[in-house]
Amino acid sequence: MDASQVVKRVKYKSSVKAPGIDGILKMTRERFTFRPNDPSKSQSLNVDFRLIKGHKSSKEGSGKPALLNITKDQGGYFFEFENFPDRELCRDFVAKAIIANTSSGASEKATPINNEQLSSAEMQRRIKLLQEDSELQKLHQQFVMGGVLSETEFWATRKKLVDVNASRRVKQRVGLKSDMTFNVKPSSDGQSNRVTFNLTPEMIHQIFAEKPAVRQAYLNFVPNKMTERDFWTKYWRAQYLHSARNIVATAAEAAEDEELAVFLKQDPILASETRQKIRKVDPTLDMEADEGDDYTHIPGHGLAVENTKDELEAQYEPFKRSFMQDINRHAAVVLEGRTIDVETADTRTVAEALASSKRVELAKEASNGNVNQERLDRISRMSEIEDLQAPREPPVAPLCIKDPRDYFDSQQVNATNQEAGTKQMKSRLSTSEAYGSLRVFISEIRTVGLSDPIVRPEVAVMVFNGLTQNISSSKYQLGKNPHESILDTLPRVTKEELLLHWTSIQELLKHFWSSYPITTTYLYTKVISALLSYYVEFVPFVVIFSM
Amino acid sequence: MTSVTTKQYTDDVSLLMVLVDTNPLFWSSTTTSFSFSKFLSQLLSFLNSILLLNQLNQVVVIASGFNSCDYVYDSSLGPTNQRVETLLQKLEEFVSKDEELNRDDSVDGIGSSLLSGALSMALCYIQRVFRSGSLHPQPRILCLHGSQDGPGQYVAIMNSIFSAQRSMVPIDSCVIGSQHSTFLQQASYITGGVYLRPQHLDGLFQYLTTVFATDLHSRNFLQLPKASGVDFRASCFCHKKTIELGYICSVCLSIFCQHHKKCSTCGSAFGKPQTSDSTTNQKRKAPDT
Repeated sequence: MDASQVVKRVKYKSSVKAPGIDGILKMTRERFTFRPNDPSKSQSLNVDFRLIKGHKSSKEGSGKPALLNITKDQGGYFFEFENFPDRELCRDFVAKAIIANTSSGASEKATPINNEQLSSAEMQRRIKLLQEDSELQKLHQQFVMGGVLSETEFWATRKKLVDVNASRRVKQRVGLKSDMTFNVKPSSDGQSNRVTFNLTPEMIHQIFAEKPAVRQAYLNFVPNKMTERDFWTKYWRAQYLHSARNIVATAAEAAEDEELAVFLKQDPILASETRQKIRKVDPTLDMEADEGDDYTHIPGHGLAVENTKDELEAQYEPFKRSFMQDINRHAAVVLEGRTIDVETADTRTVAEALASSKRVELAKEASNGNVNQERLDRISRMSEIEDLQAPREPPVAPLCIKDPRDYFDSQQVNATNQEAGTKQMKSRLSTSEAYGSLRVFISEIRTVGLSDPIVRPEVAVMVFNGLTQNISSSKYQLGKNPHESILDTLPRVTKEELLLHWTSIQELLKHFWSSYPITTTYLYTKVISALLSYYVEFVPFVVIFSM
Repeated sequence: MTSVTTKQYTDDVSLLMVLVDTNPLFWSSTTTSFSFSKFLSQLLSFLNSILLLNQLNQVVVIASGFNSCDYVYDSSLGPTNQRVETLLQKLEEFVSKDEELNRDDSVDGIGSSLLSGALSMALCYIQRVFRSGSLHPQPRILCLHGSQDGPGQYVAIMNSIFSAQRSMVPIDSCVIGSQHSTFLQQASYITGGVYLRPQHLDGLFQYLTTVFATDLHSRNFLQLPKASGVDFRASCFCHKKTIELGYICSVCLSIFCQHHKKCSTCGSAFGKPQTSDSTTNQKRKAPDT
């Protein structure tokens, strides 16, 4: 699409809900204009693309109007097009215009160096980086918006940042669909009695995961006993019989065909798994406690019970399968997620992989013998009658530290040996004499009063000098202590400002040196006009830093 | 505390808890040029200037003696015109009481005062102020300490320091003895207070007013003396050697330079040291580098 301009008939709206004004939208590479058909309306627009940040558009189809939203820093413009192709055309045009205007910025007068077309993904990534890093955003605003550097130049030094960010996104595994397979509606052609099921590898995977008996049967029967096609035909026949909900007919069919019976009977593998799970449930769980939380207290989980035919004979029992069971099983499998990582469409591989992953799981559980022991301990602990037990001792031993002075000594050694040894001071008096002299001192001051002057001026000067020496000498001690810097002594605002200038200088210097050797006039103008003039502003700060 | 809630506290109103060392053995060992009466004279002037700095400022003095410690002065109680008299009166009573509690007449060296008890009392008082309402003066603790550190008080003092740190109360220390105090170095370092050992004790008042008189808010704008660096390297319990790498008892945190079968401090039995870097009862302390 190399058209230098696009003209379309549109409705301009100030918001999505507004009625809109009919008019003509004209887009060129630099700007877009809107003139209302009715010249008396004053809603004409003339907007530079440089002010435009992005664009959004409504979804195609579904009877919605073809909207295009061109967004500025604040607010935006809504245009409703007559049809979607028109909108698409304009949208693409806007996208290109925005990129052209942002990436070439102020440097377009020199040479438009590699005015690469950015993919929207790339653009998104950059915007995200800017949003995440406020410092980067500040730099970007200062240099790119300020016209010192072009967008491409700015990002060229940060390729790594963009790339790393991109590669960080890990490919996410797709889980199983939450649709249930029995929802697949058979398509029948109406005339004959034939019913057709469509089977995809995805569905097969799901069936195998949800119904281990089917999986087992597949591994047993195919391809020795029957073909894959026959197998699935039988499977769907069984499903079909179930959906007919005629238990008597189902039982009759199963009696005739033992392979079909496999599908119709309740899944033995599943049943054993369920039993195992039930065994693992914490026996001390108080189910009454959360009775009010859900619908478990309503018979049939709140669903209308269909199974009122209690008189059904026991012989049909294995063929009964409740809707509830199916839903629960399905939910369990979906939550478990894709346990195997097979991408093939080969049914046998899928079945084998699933079977082996199950076996591994079971083996793991079997080896966890002590888990069972723990459970037993827990049962015996919980089921004991508290009144008859002695109070349980907390499993702690009292801490008895023989001599806490050791802790002191372990640090005292270092702290005091810096100064000339620990000279043991000795009181000249005994304890009682000492107390006496202390009282004498107190009564002395009570009678005499405070000394006057409190401090002699010479002493005060000495003290002042001693205290301020540290501050006045800090200039010479800079850099000696890595934990302290003169920055910490400055007010916070000044410190932040200095750090910002520092990052700016670094950025500029990076670009400055990357421009050498100056071979083209573009580089020359860039270095001389933009960078150097900007750099001069910072020279006072540079001097301060180097002082 | 009279009518605390009615007063309008701004951020430059201070509650200064002053801990005064009244160990008689320490004061009888000092040279005559700096006697207890001279110290008191300078301290009382300092306290008066604190109270003059702001009408709402509050000063509490706690004496930490040889056998006991007690509050000797609270500026929010009693009349305002006889401050010095009340303080000295209470101090004298305290010294007599402290002497009565004394059992041991011959003490090795100059002994140590009950810094841990005084610190705890100060923190309790501060807690009471914190709970008196949302508006209260900004508390800080100033330790005027001269005696040696009492090793037996280590655990109690460290606990006080950490609770002061938790309640954001800085502990300032002014050491008037001839030795640095490890306790107070740590206390000031951990709580963000100022540690100072004046060189010229005659000018103590000058030191106090210059360094310790400013309220916490104003401290943000001042360059107060900083500690030249506290050496926190540990030495082992068994040989008192300074070590950078050693064994630590996981129960009581005692430090050893070599492997023992049993912790000599708390008696915990250690397992066998493993050559791999897995941890049993001992953990290898990472070198500082």
